[in-house]
Amino acid sequence: MTAPTHTYGANRPDWPGRLFIVEGIDGSGKSTQLTLLSQWLQSEGYPVVFSEWNSSSIVRATTRRGKKRRILTPLTFSLLHATDFHDRVEREIVPFLKAGAIVLADRYVYTAFARDVARGVSSRWVRSLYRFAVVPTMAFYFRTPLEVALKRILSGRPKLKHYEAGMDLELHPDVQQSYRLFQARILEEYERIVPEYDLTVMNATRAIETQQRALRKAIKPHLAGLRRVEEVS
Amino acid sequence: MSTPETSLTRQFEFYGESIPGLEPGDLTGWLIVIEGTDGVGRTTHVDHLRSVLEREGYAVAETGLTRSDLAAEGIRRAKEGNTLGSNAYNLFYATDFADRLERQILPALRAGFVMLTDRYIYSLLARAIVRGADADWIKSVYSFALRPDAVYYLRIEVPDLVPRVIMNGGFDYWESGMDLPMGADIYDSFVNYQARVIEELDELSREYGFETLDATRPVEETAHDLAERVLGLLRSKPHKDEDAMATGG
Repeated sequence: MTAPTHTYGANRPDWPGRLFIVEGIDGSGKSTQLTLLSQWLQSEGYPVVFSEWNSSSIVRATTRRGKKRRILTPLTFSLLHATDFHDRVEREIVPFLKAGAIVLADRYVYTAFARDVARGVSSRWVRSLYRFAVVPTMAFYFRTPLEVALKRILSGRPKLKHYEAGMDLELHPDVQQSYRLFQARILEEYERIVPEYDLTVMNATRAIETQQRALRKAIKPHLAGLRRVEEVS
Repeated sequence: MSTPETSLTRQFEFYGESIPGLEPGDLTGWLIVIEGTDGVGRTTHVDHLRSVLEREGYAVAETGLTRSDLAAEGIRRAKEGNTLGSNAYNLFYATDFADRLERQILPALRAGFVMLTDRYIYSLLARAIVRGADADWIKSVYSFALRPDAVYYLRIEVPDLVPRVIMNGGFDYWESGMDLPMGADIYDSFVNYQARVIEELDELSREYGFETLDATRPVEETAHDLAERVLGLLRSKPHKDEDAMATGG
């Protein structure tokens, strides 16, 4: 009997659906890739469901309150996101995996592992919070050099939010500088996570369509046996 | 090296993980927890204890479940619709607790107050475990909690609890475990649910070393007993104040 390498891997129920997730720092292009993947899968007749980070409607009001009033600490930030995540898993992810659908998640537990640890939360503790998360069929990490990602974000969207920029950590009084330092820390954490959870690394500096081709090729073998709706026009 | 003064320097500690950015060494107050199941009379006892302590010159602060600035309203709304799954609920309660720990309990302890806490992590653990949460998991979630100076467990059993609950307005949906439910009607569910909660609290009592008080006695008798115990504790574990620091150094 082989011992599981990490507690998170303990739960892999035999559900007929598939769970594909994308991870990466802001500006890595992962959301674009997931949207393109979703369109392709739907055109192929697969039942597809989208699940986004930070989107549970019941927790949203509390998250908004915490952010607006700036009362979130690394600890409550972490717990609130774990609450949100579990609500989504219970309502949006698990039922659809049982139903045999393809669930596509834009960010997954690894976002919490990277961000919360970048905020100073214990890496062991944050992993234990997510111990019962379903292990994805495949998890893709869109690896991007920091400067490339920063350029994509900072050229197009100048208004960075307080927590998004990591201003709560008081790394730098300037919002853009703080964001840079915070993203660098997150990137460092992601690089630790990639080998730990065996994420599939995608080179996010290549052309969008090249990346999309690689993504489709990677998931294709996992689609065998899934139920499709043939009469899609 | 052991001098009487060293006992004055109390040091708080965490059950497991520490809170980012917190140095427990600068906490000088007392963290006193009153535990017990729903309807046992905790609120009455906390009120009484507070007035006794204030009469003795102690500054007292209070907190209790779902009284956080951050998550109280969100939890209330989620409960109204009964819309969250059980692990999401457990983590929402943990968020509420963490916010109160960081923004109510720690500032009070830093300021040298006696922090009276109407239930702490133990009731939250018991409720989660009764609802099917993995015990090791939920304990690890709460491992950032501070170890209190003392936990006073107001212990009662279901037959004594029932008339009190009826006198105080009847069976509450959540306090009867009707979200599960554990019986054909609210009474059956209350009996089964509360029996399980008490069983878990008893188990946690052994694990975390509660001081158990028999709460089936008349209220004044239990209140007197509780006040004596708390005053005894405060006198035996005094403040880490400037005088003590000076003589101890």
